[in-house]
Amino acid sequence: MRLKGLTLGLAAAVAATGIAAPAVQAADTQYFPLFTYRTGPYAPNGIPSANGIADYFNYVNLKHGGVGGVKLVWEECETGYNTKKGVECYERLKGKGTTVVFPYSTGITYKLIPNADKDKVSILTVGYGRTDASDGRVFPWTFTTPTTYWSQASAFIKYIGAQEGGMDKLKGKKIALIYHNSAYGKEPIRTLELLARKLGYKLTNLAVNHPGQEQKATWLQIRRERPDWILLWGWGVMNQVSIKEATNIGFKMDRMIGVWWSGAEQDVVPTGDAAKGYKAGTFHAAGSDFPLIKDIKKVVYDAGKGIPGGDKYVGQVLWNRGMVNAIFATEAMRAAQKKYGVKVVNGEQMRWGLENLNITAERWAELGLKGFMQPVKNTCADHEGNGPVLIQQWDGKKWNIVSDFITPMREVVRPLIEKSAAAYAKKNNITPRKC
Amino acid sequence: MFYREAGQFYTSYAKDQGIFQLRQDKYGLWGILFIAFIVVPVGLYLMVQGGLMAASTKDYLYNSIFLLLLVNSMAALGLNILTGYCGQISLGTAAFMGVGAFTAFKFSTGLNYRIQHEDDAGELVSQLVPLLPAIDNPILLVLIAGAVTAVVGVIFGLPSLRIKGFYLAVATLAAQFFLVWCFSRVEWLYDYVSSSTIQIPPLKLFGLVVTGSETVMRDGQQVTIYPAAETKYLICLSLVVFFAFVAKNLVRGRIGRAWMAIRDMDIAAQLIGIRPLATKLLAFAVSSFFCGMAGAMSLIFYLGALEGAEAFNINESFSVLFMVIIGGLGSITGSFLGAAFITLIPIFLVVVLPWLGGQFGIPVDAAMVEHIQFMVFGSLIIIFLIMEPLGLARLWQIGKERLRQWPFPY
Repeated sequence: MRLKGLTLGLAAAVAATGIAAPAVQAADTQYFPLFTYRTGPYAPNGIPSANGIADYFNYVNLKHGGVGGVKLVWEECETGYNTKKGVECYERLKGKGTTVVFPYSTGITYKLIPNADKDKVSILTVGYGRTDASDGRVFPWTFTTPTTYWSQASAFIKYIGAQEGGMDKLKGKKIALIYHNSAYGKEPIRTLELLARKLGYKLTNLAVNHPGQEQKATWLQIRRERPDWILLWGWGVMNQVSIKEATNIGFKMDRMIGVWWSGAEQDVVPTGDAAKGYKAGTFHAAGSDFPLIKDIKKVVYDAGKGIPGGDKYVGQVLWNRGMVNAIFATEAMRAAQKKYGVKVVNGEQMRWGLENLNITAERWAELGLKGFMQPVKNTCADHEGNGPVLIQQWDGKKWNIVSDFITPMREVVRPLIEKSAAAYAKKNNITPRKC
Repeated sequence: MFYREAGQFYTSYAKDQGIFQLRQDKYGLWGILFIAFIVVPVGLYLMVQGGLMAASTKDYLYNSIFLLLLVNSMAALGLNILTGYCGQISLGTAAFMGVGAFTAFKFSTGLNYRIQHEDDAGELVSQLVPLLPAIDNPILLVLIAGAVTAVVGVIFGLPSLRIKGFYLAVATLAAQFFLVWCFSRVEWLYDYVSSSTIQIPPLKLFGLVVTGSETVMRDGQQVTIYPAAETKYLICLSLVVFFAFVAKNLVRGRIGRAWMAIRDMDIAAQLIGIRPLATKLLAFAVSSFFCGMAGAMSLIFYLGALEGAEAFNINESFSVLFMVIIGGLGSITGSFLGAAFITLIPIFLVVVLPWLGGQFGIPVDAAMVEHIQFMVFGSLIIIFLIMEPLGLARLWQIGKERLRQWPFPY
């Protein structure tokens, strides 16, 4: 009986708190929900990513008093990289003044895209998510700035071609793709297959199931196939295991290239020195040798106002990328404030800001990130901003950029995006916007 | 005192066979249905209109709590028929839900298959060809999903004739892994999209938008109509209520008694003339029918788009099993109580813990909530199983008896 009373009480309390959840937005603050995963098998990557966003927001508040005098407030919601939990977070927080979300999961992104239009919430997926959503005519609310998986896959092939001594040398080469068996991991397959037909390399796709610790069968196959190159499309603990397995079988590490989500300190450190030479994609510089990052360290952490234990992540690859997310959001907000003459921007204004995002080289320098990234410019039709891809290499201590900016094969990728987006529009009765 | 049967007489055989023998039960049920069908939607609507609640909070209640609760109740009903009534342990519930979801998706897009050919330039051209006209009635889709899943369930139920108990659990585990593997590998199932994510196309029921959106011209202006959360909720609620009655009637009739006989002692059941083959397979079929409907509902009404391997992984199977065990094996009411318990506790903790921490000045961040949730949830399950192994349904029963005797101790 007591237990029953308790459960009934709990149920009543759930209803009560649900009803009482505040939906008001305090004056002159801009609200951001952060979907984090600080727990579970993806936590090693989830923590620095989340910190990067939060630390930058914190810095903007401390240093500049917010954006245009508007303080930024943010609230974390733990998803554990689980789509259902992410959706629950989204539904719970969207009414609190949310204008833009960073789902930090391709699975959650897929689920949120159909709602964005109705809720007037932009989805900013920096370097992940649904690639064909780069077509702003069909997906006005989704932004894949600055670049996408398909672009990256094509850039990798370009890089491999260059390493082999010319694109014609790719013929007959064996490339293995080890991917997280999810919407995320499968994103590059179409592009790689298409290029395989064009360039004549042999592609082997090897799936690794969630959470990714079990890869024995995968690596057995690698030993049998003896690929010339390995592309790794992993996340979380899967990366660490893959890199370790590669060193175990003595694979040449400089012929293994990870997606930009498989190229963080957390992924290579557990393998130790053996991981030396491992390469990964990225779209921004590595390290903390930039005025802004140094300043964040000073203003946020040296003043004791940061996330407890968070200072060790500052300047790491994923932290830097989290910061890029936050910069895109705040820059979009700034642009929207100017355009509409408002302080707190609403969902539609934020969307305008993201669509007209234009971070020039001068602006990057102004932010204190000279040479950190290429200029980013979105247009109505192109939400990708066409960011080029870099290759970075692990030297046993830190990541170093080892390539120039590689321009993706846009002539291959963009038609794929447009075709796929058009198919989506047709299926869902969407009339593409005119741009 | 509140629950006395005294003075209630049956004057006809029909009355004697009624589901709810007591007036209190009957009125109680009507009351619950009244609340669920009328008070909740109207009340929430009025609260939003009156400014007592934000529209987004209402959406949250419907989309994240009520719909999930209904989907889980349907799945728990299904598993309870198989495990609670027929005694066959199954760890493949999520996979069967997945079959339902994918069936609904395939029929909603017309059972597409792909033909590929090379064009003159040597480029691969692929084209999707529908086999059937696409079905856009959500209820019909749910029913078809149930029917197809029932067939799949029977196939995977065949081993139950030879193996029992834990061994059967392992056999159903094989179904779980095999089917989930199919969801991410058989391209036909997800219409060959590169991400293996399925998304339900726009559906309508009686002219109301249920999924997707619709753009119409109104007063010379383009207006986009989005599905109302209430529509989804009421359709799901009707399905669950209807099939709960079906289940209740099944289990108290000849079929249900045969299931229970098999559960309690299959040799004895065989001796009194119950055919184990037909009975067990029927239990698998009916159970899978319910689970398949739950899966289709989860795709159509709750998630909209999902990834088979993630949405229907083994954890989901376990969570439905926990619902059935905590709610009460062999009880229709228990299925609902268990589903409510397992669905609401985590959400409750996420909402309440940070607030509670704030009262005592302890900052509770999102990660800590997640950790605490694991601990609280685990200990609640253990405490429950020790204190009341027969589940919430048994507690409800005890409660009813107390109500009957009150204010006397016995």
